[in-house]
Amino acid sequence: MQTTLTVNGTRHQLDLDPRVTLLDALRDHLCLTGSKKGCDHGQCGACTVIADGRRINACLTLAVMHDGAELVTVEGLADGESLSPLQQAFLDHDGMQCGYCTPGQLCSATAMLEEVRAGRASHVTGELEGEMRLTREEITERMSGNLCRCACYSGIVAAIEEAATK
Amino acid sequence: MTLDYQIDGPENDDLAKPSQDGVIGADMERRDGRSKVTGAARYAAEHLPEGLLHGFLKRAPGLGAVRIENAEEVRAMPGVKLVLRDARMIRNAAQGTAGEAPVQGVETADYVGQPVALVVAESFETAWHAANRLKVSCNGASLPVLPENGEADDDMQEESVTGEPEAAFAEAEVLVDETYTTPALTSAAMEPHAAVAEWDGDHITLHASLQMLRYNRDELADSLGIASDKVRLRAPFVGGGFGSKLGISAECVAAALAARELGKPVRVVQHRRQVFEVNTRRTETRQRIRLAAGQDGKLTGIGHEARLSNLPGEAFAEPVLQGSYFTYAAPHRLLRSELVRLNRPAAGSVRAPGEAVGVTAFEVAMDELAQKTGLDPVELRLRNLPETDPVSDTPFSSHRLADCLTRGRDSFGWQDRPTQPRQHREGEWWIGTGMAAAVRVNMVMDAEAQVRLTPEGRAVVETDMTDIGTGSYSILGQIAAEGLGLAVQDVDVTLGDTDLPPGSGSGGSVGAASTGTAVWLACEEIRRHIAGLMGCDASDLTLVDGFAICGNSRRSLVELLAGEAVSGRGKLEPGEALEKVRQATWGAVFSEVAVNDITGEVRVRRMHGTFAVGRVLNQRTARSQAQGGMAWGLGLALTENMTHDRRDGHIVNRDLAEYHVPVHADVPHLDVQLLEDADPWAGPLAAKGIGELGICGSGSAILNAIHHACGVRVRDLPATPDRLLAGLT
Amino acid sequence: MRPFDYHRPDTAEAALNDASDGTAFIGGGTNLLDLMKLEVMTPDRLVDVNHLGLNRIEETDDGIEIGATVRNSDLADDARIRRRWPVLSRALLAGASPQLRNTATTAGNLLQRTRCPYFQDIDAACNKRDPGSGCAAVGGELRNHAVLGTSEHCIALHPSDMAVAMRALDAEVVIRGSGGSTRTTGLPDFYRLPGETPHIETTLEPGELITAIRLPAPPGDRQAYRKVRERASYAFALVSTAAVLRMENGKIASAALAFGGVGTQPWRDAEVDTLLRDERPSNALFDKAGEVLMRNAELREGLEFKKPLAQRVLKAVLTEVTR
Repeated sequence: MQTTLTVNGTRHQLDLDPRVTLLDALRDHLCLTGSKKGCDHGQCGACTVIADGRRINACLTLAVMHDGAELVTVEGLADGESLSPLQQAFLDHDGMQCGYCTPGQLCSATAMLEEVRAGRASHVTGELEGEMRLTREEITERMSGNLCRCACYSGIVAAIEEAATK
Repeated sequence: MTLDYQIDGPENDDLAKPSQDGVIGADMERRDGRSKVTGAARYAAEHLPEGLLHGFLKRAPGLGAVRIENAEEVRAMPGVKLVLRDARMIRNAAQGTAGEAPVQGVETADYVGQPVALVVAESFETAWHAANRLKVSCNGASLPVLPENGEADDDMQEESVTGEPEAAFAEAEVLVDETYTTPALTSAAMEPHAAVAEWDGDHITLHASLQMLRYNRDELADSLGIASDKVRLRAPFVGGGFGSKLGISAECVAAALAARELGKPVRVVQHRRQVFEVNTRRTETRQRIRLAAGQDGKLTGIGHEARLSNLPGEAFAEPVLQGSYFTYAAPHRLLRSELVRLNRPAAGSVRAPGEAVGVTAFEVAMDELAQKTGLDPVELRLRNLPETDPVSDTPFSSHRLADCLTRGRDSFGWQDRPTQPRQHREGEWWIGTGMAAAVRVNMVMDAEAQVRLTPEGRAVVETDMTDIGTGSYSILGQIAAEGLGLAVQDVDVTLGDTDLPPGSGSGGSVGAASTGTAVWLACEEIRRHIAGLMGCDASDLTLVDGFAICGNSRRSLVELLAGEAVSGRGKLEPGEALEKVRQATWGAVFSEVAVNDITGEVRVRRMHGTFAVGRVLNQRTARSQAQGGMAWGLGLALTENMTHDRRDGHIVNRDLAEYHVPVHADVPHLDVQLLEDADPWAGPLAAKGIGELGICGSGSAILNAIHHACGVRVRDLPATPDRLLAGLT
Repeated sequence: MRPFDYHRPDTAEAALNDASDGTAFIGGGTNLLDLMKLEVMTPDRLVDVNHLGLNRIEETDDGIEIGATVRNSDLADDARIRRRWPVLSRALLAGASPQLRNTATTAGNLLQRTRCPYFQDIDAACNKRDPGSGCAAVGGELRNHAVLGTSEHCIALHPSDMAVAMRALDAEVVIRGSGGSTRTTGLPDFYRLPGETPHIETTLEPGELITAIRLPAPPGDRQAYRKVRERASYAFALVSTAAVLRMENGKIASAALAFGGVGTQPWRDAEVDTLLRDERPSNALFDKAGEVLMRNAELREGLEFKKPLAQRVLKAVLTEVTR
């Protein structure tokens, strides 16, 4: 099935079996292997990409459902050689070990900061209405869709806290 | 030229030592970090050669003789290339350092979930669907799957008796006699096990996700029935291991066989549900612990008896007693474990095999003793520290447990802690603190590495060592930079390729110290060569900033090398040191928890660990390793529990939605303090392992804090809400 | 996944015309694709309902109508929902992960299938997945299973958080049939108990499409959702409670309680609501409510904890909303 995906600003025309997930389209068909497959069932977050501005699990959606969509993957976070503030902060705070969840953490955190700016509440937000404050508790709740078995959570949270101020 | 070295004692005077303020130990950015944050790092399944075919493993739905009813029909499906059933396919992952094939064969299922076929197709989607279409039946053999029904294996028992422990228990002024259970656990590395096999004539290259390539190469060769020199393994990036990738697993052999048969590269990636079943799990344990003590808290007798399990044919028993030999002094000691044979998925090493669950249970028992004697838990431990190894009487190479306990106590802020439980409440939440000692035996293993100094004055470190997130790329580069007086950016590090000298591999916390020492030795070899060029003794040579200095002579390496490269090779072997001394790493973990009085939910609010792990090679990556271990302790204490069906032993919750790895929201900031600890018995680098210590005790610091908070003693892990309810208001 | 045709119509009529036996409508797909990968669900046609204009939230007379494909995150974030139906926002935010909430739809969430591990395992017997094959869960390892509304054929738990809040809010499902007809049904009639036919979970007929969920004016201004799970986030409920109450002169004027983690469907028990009505809040009253809720609970081995846990959470929630 003919499908057009714009990934990190580049348009790709693909002819896909409708069964191909967005994640497999990226990894196996476009060779953009930065997005990771950890569970293939939306249970780990390693596949997190930003689709039309929203973070989603690329493993639990079909590529053909995203015909015409604008996608950002980990490969699109840096501006050329210049890392995004989050990417740099992950290096500074060692927010990774094996690195397999890292692309998902980064895409998730990138979109998460936008959600907070947009005033979206979380499970731990005290008042549903009003300004959102990015406390440590808010960060950890909002990032809980991204497992890290190396458990670099301390480093990741420190990195997000730092990047959020930039 | 190779510099061979064995660690036989504390004297390494003929070898250079790292300086105190050099690049070794610095707080440096992870060398491979940039490729990880940009998505450039390629893991096993991301190697996509032309013409790649896709394989999917099929599992046994039951136990006993396996029958496949429709292999021909599935083979005939459009896009399907092969339904592979081959006697060389392996039953489960190889045990760590096996170096030979694990049990092979697909005719019989020894556990539910065992791979019994591989379906290969042109696309991943077709392969998976075709595997689902395959109709597999088993004859339903009735085999033991519950620990209480398993038969003890006489060859797998461990027993050590010192003095007269039973008398000590009988006569104790204070006795703790409790039984603790820990559930089956899984590594759950984020990257599923994967292999891409490519043959060139009779040579195979396998891109795989493995921890210990030198052994894995032999395991794959033996499984395929070919010579090891026909096998090349590549694993430059590994998405976590934690023991589950110590040995080759089913996808490696199946991909190799299928690629051979089809004459095309084949990729096999384990589905997450298979990751739970096919690779080794941590055994469930039942541990009876007896502590006999005087009113003063001085231990007179220690008893630690454990029941473990494993699949028939597996030569691994979780060394759950390991820490109980030497952590505390007592004249009388009974250590005993038995292993029962069960037809559950195979058990093997999971991060800190032994201490992870053994020390955890023991440190809860120590807390129970503190409670019974009315002693402060830190003070109780300090009173029972041994001068020498209590069983063998050998000296300790370095004993820092007292320092960890006292400095950890001060850093955490333990002083104002109420003695009794249930003293502090905030709204619905009971608040309490707890602590535990952390110990882990230290080992080194055979390791080789090569360092090349190029005519341009750059160094290249080469070994088949892996970096599974541990920081190997970073620390090996730092070691070579310091060894040769170069900036770290002038050192390249190439890992994860069996064409390179065999490093130790990553497992048992041995990688940094073992392979790191091999790199240091390789640099020493180069130093000696340069000293020769300079006409001085290596001991008088200084290498700094790309210059060689001997007395008044100072020459740049580029000039000195005059267009020639110099290469050195280092080879480390374990020596006699570990017969002469007891060597371990030490720590103390403190935590503050909140227990919800209504629901039994537990939240860890603070956690601190103080550790002594030999010389720290990179502050930043070492801290991450320690934090990772502590978070594993949290999972062990609170959330992780792999459930086996009581009828056929299959793993029921074999996905990441129902096997609960801690998430961001579970884990508070993990505060880590690393003590200076240059262990002279650890070779010229004086470095030891850090990857596992953090889990050895952290769980008990949480469980003990739960007791302090709400008065409920959890002895059956994990402490899920339902297990706390009965003891709450 | 079994091969399927993929259709992407742009009107509801076309979508309904596309549907035949073996068709599944796909909204977010977070549950459907999960189960299709495991071949627990094997539709031969997917009709994508994301382009039918069903993604709006619109106020009605004094209630609100939520389009079937409104994403969970957008529903939780809607200012009107946050203000008047906060229990729904809270339930949504307590479920899944932000990534899943960004994808999952309102109708899809109502139709979410059970997490019973034996249902998800095509090698296990399951009357829900394969009618008449038996129930491997009975006699197996029970944790996320139901204690209310079960039958000997099925003890599968409904896993949704959102639907629990919807149940307390008297939500109605707007359903469109192939002839262009539209019908509306309340959740009590929408969900079916497993009985002897656990594979039929709702009264939605083949070829019918949920187009919207309607919420009447909230039956109470005191609202709360509380969920207990095995880790702090990203886990299904051990138990949960949604409460929507109105107080008058120190008495409970109306009460709507719904429960997750306990029932074969998002659970509501009219006797619990009735018991509370016109009463002054007290511990004794709340304890009684807990007894009534659990009077018919089937506490199979491994599920015993659900009774005290649900009762404790109910009491805490009632205490909170009547304070």
